[in-house]
Amino acid sequence: MTTATAGAHAAHEHTHYTTTGLDNRKIAIWAFIGSECMLFGSLISTYLIYKGRSVVGPFPHEAWTSPAGQVFKPILNIPVTSASTFVLLMSSLFMVLALAAVENKGKAGYEGLLGSSKFWLLATALAGATFLGFQAFEFTSFVHEGLTIRTNLFGTTFFTLTGFHGTHVAVGVLWLMTLLFIDLKRGLGPRDAILVDICALYWHFVDVVWIAIFTLVYLIN
Amino acid sequence: MSSDRAHADHTHEHPSWKQYKWVALWLTVITALEVWAYYIPAFVASPAFKPTLLIMSAVKFTVVVMFYMHLKYDHQVFRKLFVGPLLIAVITLVAFLFLFGAVRIG
Repeated sequence: MTTATAGAHAAHEHTHYTTTGLDNRKIAIWAFIGSECMLFGSLISTYLIYKGRSVVGPFPHEAWTSPAGQVFKPILNIPVTSASTFVLLMSSLFMVLALAAVENKGKAGYEGLLGSSKFWLLATALAGATFLGFQAFEFTSFVHEGLTIRTNLFGTTFFTLTGFHGTHVAVGVLWLMTLLFIDLKRGLGPRDAILVDICALYWHFVDVVWIAIFTLVYLIN
Repeated sequence: MSSDRAHADHTHEHPSWKQYKWVALWLTVITALEVWAYYIPAFVASPAFKPTLLIMSAVKFTVVVMFYMHLKYDHQVFRKLFVGPLLIAVITLVAFLFLFGAVRIG
C-alpha cells in the first residue's frame, strides 16, 4: 500500500460506502423505517377494524352509561393531545437544526445558538420527554376514568398502538441523549453528521407516525 | 465507484434554515386547522369531514418526509426503500378495512 493510498484510506475510515456509493448505515435505517411502516400499518389497521365494536365503555368520542348507572364521558382529551402533537412537531424542527448545526459546524452563518448542536439536541430530547409526559398523563387519567388495556376492544387497541409509539419516542430520547453525551465529551463535527442523520431519520419517522395516529385515532370519530 | 460517491455526496444537499422555519409554520397551521375542524359540529357531521382530515394529515406526512427527512434531496434508493413498504402497508390497511367491514362502499 502506497503512502497516498494509505492516506486516502485513513480519510475514508469513518465512511461505510457500499457498491451503490451510499453509506450502508443510511441504507440500513431507511430499510428499518420501511419495516416500521408495516409494523405501524398493522397496528393502525387493527385499531380501525375494532373501532366502534367495543361492547362496554368508556368510548373514545361518545358518552356511555354502564348498567349500574355510572356515566362515562368521551375519554379522549383533544386539547391535551393537540398540545403534545405541537410539541412533537416542534421537536422535528429542533432535530433538523441539530443536524444542520453538526453538518455546518464552523461555517459562516452557523455561529451562536443556530450552530450549537448541543442546544438543539437537548431541545429535541426535552421535547420528546415532554411528549412522553403528556402520554403518561393521558394513560394515567384513562386508567382513573376506568379504561385499561383489558376493559374493551378500544382500550386494547388504543393502548397497544399508542404504547408502541410511546416506546419508540422513549428509544429516540435515549438515542438523542447518547448523541448529546458524545457531543459534550468530544464534540460532533461534519464527519459525524451521519450519526446525527440516522437518528434524525428515526425521530422524524416517529413524528410522521404520530401525524397519522393523531388524525385517525383522535380526530376522526 | 468514485462518480457514485460524488453523486451520493451531491444528493445530500439539505434545505436552509428559512425553509425549515416555513415547513414548521405550515405544519403548525395545518394541525391548528385540523383541531379547529374537529370543533365544528356541522362540519364533523358532513361527508367532507373525514376526507378533509385525511388529506391534511397526508400533506403533513409528505412535507415531513420530503423536507425534514430530506427524501426530496436524497438518493432515489432511499425513496424506494421507504415508499415501497409504505405502499404495502397502506394497501394492506385498506384491504383489511374492506375485508372486515370497517369501510363499505355505498
